[in-house]
Amino acid sequence: MYTKDGESYFIVDAHIALWDARPENQRNIHGKQFIDCFYDYHRNLSPQEEVWTYEEYLYQGGQRLMKDIFDDGYVDHAIFQPAHLGEFYKSGFGQTKEAYDLAAANPDKLTYNHNFDPRDGEAGLDRLRADHEKMGFKGVKLYTAEWNGASRGYKLSDPWAYRYFEECRTLGIKNIHVHKGPTIRPLDRDAFDVADIDHAATDFTDLNFVVEHVGLPRLEDFCWIATQEPNVHGGLAVAMPFMHTRPRYFAQIIGELLYWVGEDRLQFSSDYALWTPRWLIERFVDFQIPEDMTEYGPITTDQKKKILGLNAAKMYDIPVPAELQLPRAAEPETGPREPERVDLAGAL
Amino acid sequence: MIVTLSEPEIRVSGALGEEDVRRALDAVVDPELDEPITDLGFVRSVTVTADAEGAQAVIHLRLPTSFCSPNFAYLMASDAKDAVAALKGMAKVVVELDDHHDSEIINVGLAADAGYRGTFRHEAEESLDELRWTFRRKAHTAAMERCLSDLLRSDPSLAETAVGTVRLRELPPAKHTDSLLRRRAVLGLPEGPDAVVLVDHEGHPYAPEDVPMALRRARSTRVSIDGNAHFCRGLLRTRYAEAEADQAYRPEAAEHHQLLPITVKEIHP
Repeated sequence: MYTKDGESYFIVDAHIALWDARPENQRNIHGKQFIDCFYDYHRNLSPQEEVWTYEEYLYQGGQRLMKDIFDDGYVDHAIFQPAHLGEFYKSGFGQTKEAYDLAAANPDKLTYNHNFDPRDGEAGLDRLRADHEKMGFKGVKLYTAEWNGASRGYKLSDPWAYRYFEECRTLGIKNIHVHKGPTIRPLDRDAFDVADIDHAATDFTDLNFVVEHVGLPRLEDFCWIATQEPNVHGGLAVAMPFMHTRPRYFAQIIGELLYWVGEDRLQFSSDYALWTPRWLIERFVDFQIPEDMTEYGPITTDQKKKILGLNAAKMYDIPVPAELQLPRAAEPETGPREPERVDLAGAL
Repeated sequence: MIVTLSEPEIRVSGALGEEDVRRALDAVVDPELDEPITDLGFVRSVTVTADAEGAQAVIHLRLPTSFCSPNFAYLMASDAKDAVAALKGMAKVVVELDDHHDSEIINVGLAADAGYRGTFRHEAEESLDELRWTFRRKAHTAAMERCLSDLLRSDPSLAETAVGTVRLRELPPAKHTDSLLRRRAVLGLPEGPDAVVLVDHEGHPYAPEDVPMALRRARSTRVSIDGNAHFCRGLLRTRYAEAEADQAYRPEAAEHHQLLPITVKEIHP
């Protein structure tokens, strides 16, 4: 919980990881390249005083995670979204057992989501069933640019992906978090294109599709599919820290998202350990659209409350104290949101 | 095929030098960010030597992360090789992409002139033409929005619903207008003074009721491209401390750039 100026915010960090990128766990040069890429994101977008050393960044462990997220970070509940990356790291990047055990020991604070790879075929389906029986997760994190043998990516519209979604339906795994990456097969087209999510969301209307980093670097494509599909949501991983280095760009991102997707389908996340939640939450609560950007309406306190926690809490049935709850916005399910608000802003 | 923003100056006589190679590389554009690789700081080094057969150039390219899309990385590297090889008197060109997860695959493919399919083999189906066209269309969409938003900001009496009939002649002579005309030329759209500004990539204008939505969609494309451009530039500087000196200033969406407010006068039925 975070309180500022008499307003209290229930906080759900909807995308965190417990990773191990230490050299002894790196399978090859790509393991180093991958964590170096993350570390450059961290160094590039963090305020000076929040920058970690490279050694700290390689691995945090459960104790450090609990301190950063809950003791220092105002977070009420956090959700693991593990990336496997088995071709880059010996025991994977996201540490399944360590994260699951930590969540099992702190069920009021942590939710463990799992992952699968549709290219693993029938054997992978068996594993998904067994993993679900053991860990009972409500959501999965899919990385479409995961390397797997000779393949370096897949699409959510692939027939095998559909087999897995059907299994998710059967098992009661309702929340599909999708993270796009640079490789797909074939490489002919844009790997970051989110059109495959549109197909899957249309065919599996009873599943929620949360597009992580709100489709960045294809914000426009994400906005366009999300405005049409009521079961497509946006995760703000990676987008949040732009508040610090590029506040005017962040204003445009959040302005576009509130216009196309609306306040009820956006979820805050720190993307821990890419960044830590404390400074992101403090700055987001203080954030406002610059006055000269009248093409966007001002962001309201209620919208911030929903984004910071209420939306993810609803998706994951996380109990929220009654006095902190808010009703859904009186908006249509699809299409641009509240265009009238923008009018009012322009008239001021 | 090379996306040409400006014709490279081709020397007819005299030995080719590093500057000639860099000017040729000015014609190579990052399709995603819609900017020359020279302005982005992606050209790490250029070395030119000469022998009896002519000039030989060795060019090293660098990108903001090891995990930038390999298809775009290949496009830029192969365009760079083509652009420099086209210089008169250039006998041999070596282009190497540094520090990328696919450096080895791409550099071997470039050295062998293996083409896209020869380079990526089972991961390649046909060609990267569709990818290129996708981003040419996005570049046009963003250029169109910049011009129309400039117009809306400069003329408070102009309604957002009215921008659907604005003609090219009504745009002020400015950098954004020139940029729009170049992107229209790439798509084969008319460049005459009476041509409508707000059109889709095939040149069709929008019905009046669809104009605000078309402008809003174009805005999201422009926000996305400008945002990516600044992020990628920043990441390159984080990754390579010396890169900053090589980057040209990009005014679009620069952080300190204050805007004249748009007076929003959309009509909602």
